[in-house]
Amino acid sequence: MIKVVHAGIYNTIQDVGRIGLAKNGVPQGGSMDAYSAEMANTLLKNSSTSAVIEITFGQGKFEFTLGAFICLMGGDFSPRINSVSIQMNTVVEVKKNDVLSFGRRNYGARIYLAIQGGIQSEVVLKSRSFLLGITQPKLLKGDALKINSKKPYSGEGFSKLKIYGNHFSDSNLECSPGPEFDRLNEQQKQRLSEPFTISEDNNRVGYRLNQPVENDLKPILTSAVLPGTVQLTPSGKLIVLMRDCQVTGGYPRVLQLSEYAISRLSQKVTGEQVKFILSK
Amino acid sequence: MLFELTYKPFGASVILIEWPAKIEEEIIQDIIAFEKKIEKDQNILDTIIAYNSLTIRYRILKNFNRTVLRLKELYATERKQEIQQQKVWQIPVCYDLKFGLDLKEISEKKSISMDEVIQLHTEPSYLIYFLGFQPGFLYLGGLNEQIYMPRRSNPRLRVEKGAVGIGGEQTGVYPQDSAGGWNIIGKSPIDFFDVTKSQPSFAKAGDRVKFQPIDLEVFKKFKDEVSKGTYELKFHWV
Repeated sequence: MIKVVHAGIYNTIQDVGRIGLAKNGVPQGGSMDAYSAEMANTLLKNSSTSAVIEITFGQGKFEFTLGAFICLMGGDFSPRINSVSIQMNTVVEVKKNDVLSFGRRNYGARIYLAIQGGIQSEVVLKSRSFLLGITQPKLLKGDALKINSKKPYSGEGFSKLKIYGNHFSDSNLECSPGPEFDRLNEQQKQRLSEPFTISEDNNRVGYRLNQPVENDLKPILTSAVLPGTVQLTPSGKLIVLMRDCQVTGGYPRVLQLSEYAISRLSQKVTGEQVKFILSK
Repeated sequence: MLFELTYKPFGASVILIEWPAKIEEEIIQDIIAFEKKIEKDQNILDTIIAYNSLTIRYRILKNFNRTVLRLKELYATERKQEIQQQKVWQIPVCYDLKFGLDLKEISEKKSISMDEVIQLHTEPSYLIYFLGFQPGFLYLGGLNEQIYMPRRSNPRLRVEKGAVGIGGEQTGVYPQDSAGGWNIIGKSPIDFFDVTKSQPSFAKAGDRVKFQPIDLEVFKKFKDEVSKGTYELKFHWV
C-alpha cells in the first residue's frame, strides 16, 4: 500500500483517462502532464496506461507499507525519502515504512509518482483517473492505495533520463488553428502570436489567460471541445482547456494546442508567460 | 437527405464535421446516422456529437485529406432504416414545491398557474440532441416557449442531483450535484449516470424523453427502488 499521510492541496490518481465515453458527456481526464507521466512509466517498464499519482505543488506526504521501485518525474519539488533527498527522473528503490515528502520548488507545477506495476486503485468506467462526479475528487488523508509487491528491476539501457529542461523553461506552445480561427481578423491573429500570461484561475479543467483579445465573434452553437482547445470568451479572455474539460462548449475555438503543448502548459504556474506558436 | 458538410482538422488527430449551424431534428438525426456508419472503425477512439457537428478522434490520423475523402464516400452511402424508430424514455418528476424551488416565480412572471407550468413541461416529448456539460446531461429540444425563462442572474452554488430546470429555451436534468443557474421546477428520483454500468447513460442522442408528474409519495417510493437497484425505467417506441 501507499498511505496518504498528508493530503496536500489537490492530489489525484491519473492514467490516460477515459476514452470512448465522450458521447455520454464524460471528460477524458488523465495526467495533466501526460508526457512526464508516460516517461516515468517507461523508466519503470510499466505499460503506458499504468496509474500514477499527480501531486500538485509538491504538497503531500506518502508512506510505503512495502518495498517498491518508484520514479518521480515532472515538476521538481525537492523530493526526499524520510529526510534524505532523492533523485528525480530515475528509478529509486524505497523500503517498507519509508516516507516520501517534498521540499522547495525548483520548477514546474505537478510532480508524478509512478510505481512499478502502477497504482492498483479501483477502475471506474475503464480508467483509474479521478474525476469529480465519477470518482472521489482527490486523495484524502488516510487513503490507502494498493500496489503490487516488488518485482526484480533491471534498468539496463535507460535507467536515467536526460534532463528534459526545455519542457519547463520554454514558453512556446505549439498549436494549430482551431475550427473558428478563420473568423478572426488579421489584428486578432497578430495578437494571438504575442505573449500571454497565466492568470490565477488555472486548474485541471482549464487555464485562463490574463490579456484580453479584442473579441467581436458571435458564440457558436454548442460543439465539441478537446483538451488543448483555446476558447475566446465574450470578455476577450482566452481559456486554454485542459484534461478535465467538458466535451462540449459554446465559445469560439481559435487555437488547438498540440498534445505535447498541453503537457508543457500543465507545468506552468500563475504569472508565467506563454506564447502560441502556430504551425502550418 | 444529404447536407452540405464541411470537414476541418481539429488538432493533429481529430476531424470536425459540420452541418449547417441550426438546431433541427433533421440535422441531428443525420449526424447520428453518420456516426452509426463509422462506429465500427477500429482507428476511432472517440466521437462527440453536438447540435450541428460530429467530431471524430482518431488513434492515428496519417492523412487528413484521404480520410476526409473516405468519410465523404461513407456519408453518401444510404442511411440505415432502423433510425426511424425512436425510444421515448418516461422520466418521473416530482414537481412538489419542496423541489420546485422556482416554480412559483415562473408562474408569477408568466402569469400562468403552477399547474399550467407543469402541464406545459410534461406535455412534449423532448428530443435528446446530445450529451455534454456533465456526464449524463441531456441537451433536450422542444421546450414550450410559454415557459422559456432566462437563467438566474445569481447561480446557485449547489443544485441537487436530479433537479429539473429551465434555462432560457432549454430544459434538462442535473445528473449530479453541481453549481447551476437554471430555474428549478422539480426533481427526478432516477439516475441519469451510473458509473457501474458499461453504458453509464441509459439515454443517447436521438432518443426522446417525456416527463411524467409524480407526487411526493411516489417520489420516495421510486427513490427507494432506485437505491435498491429494483427501479425499472420505462420507455416506449414511436
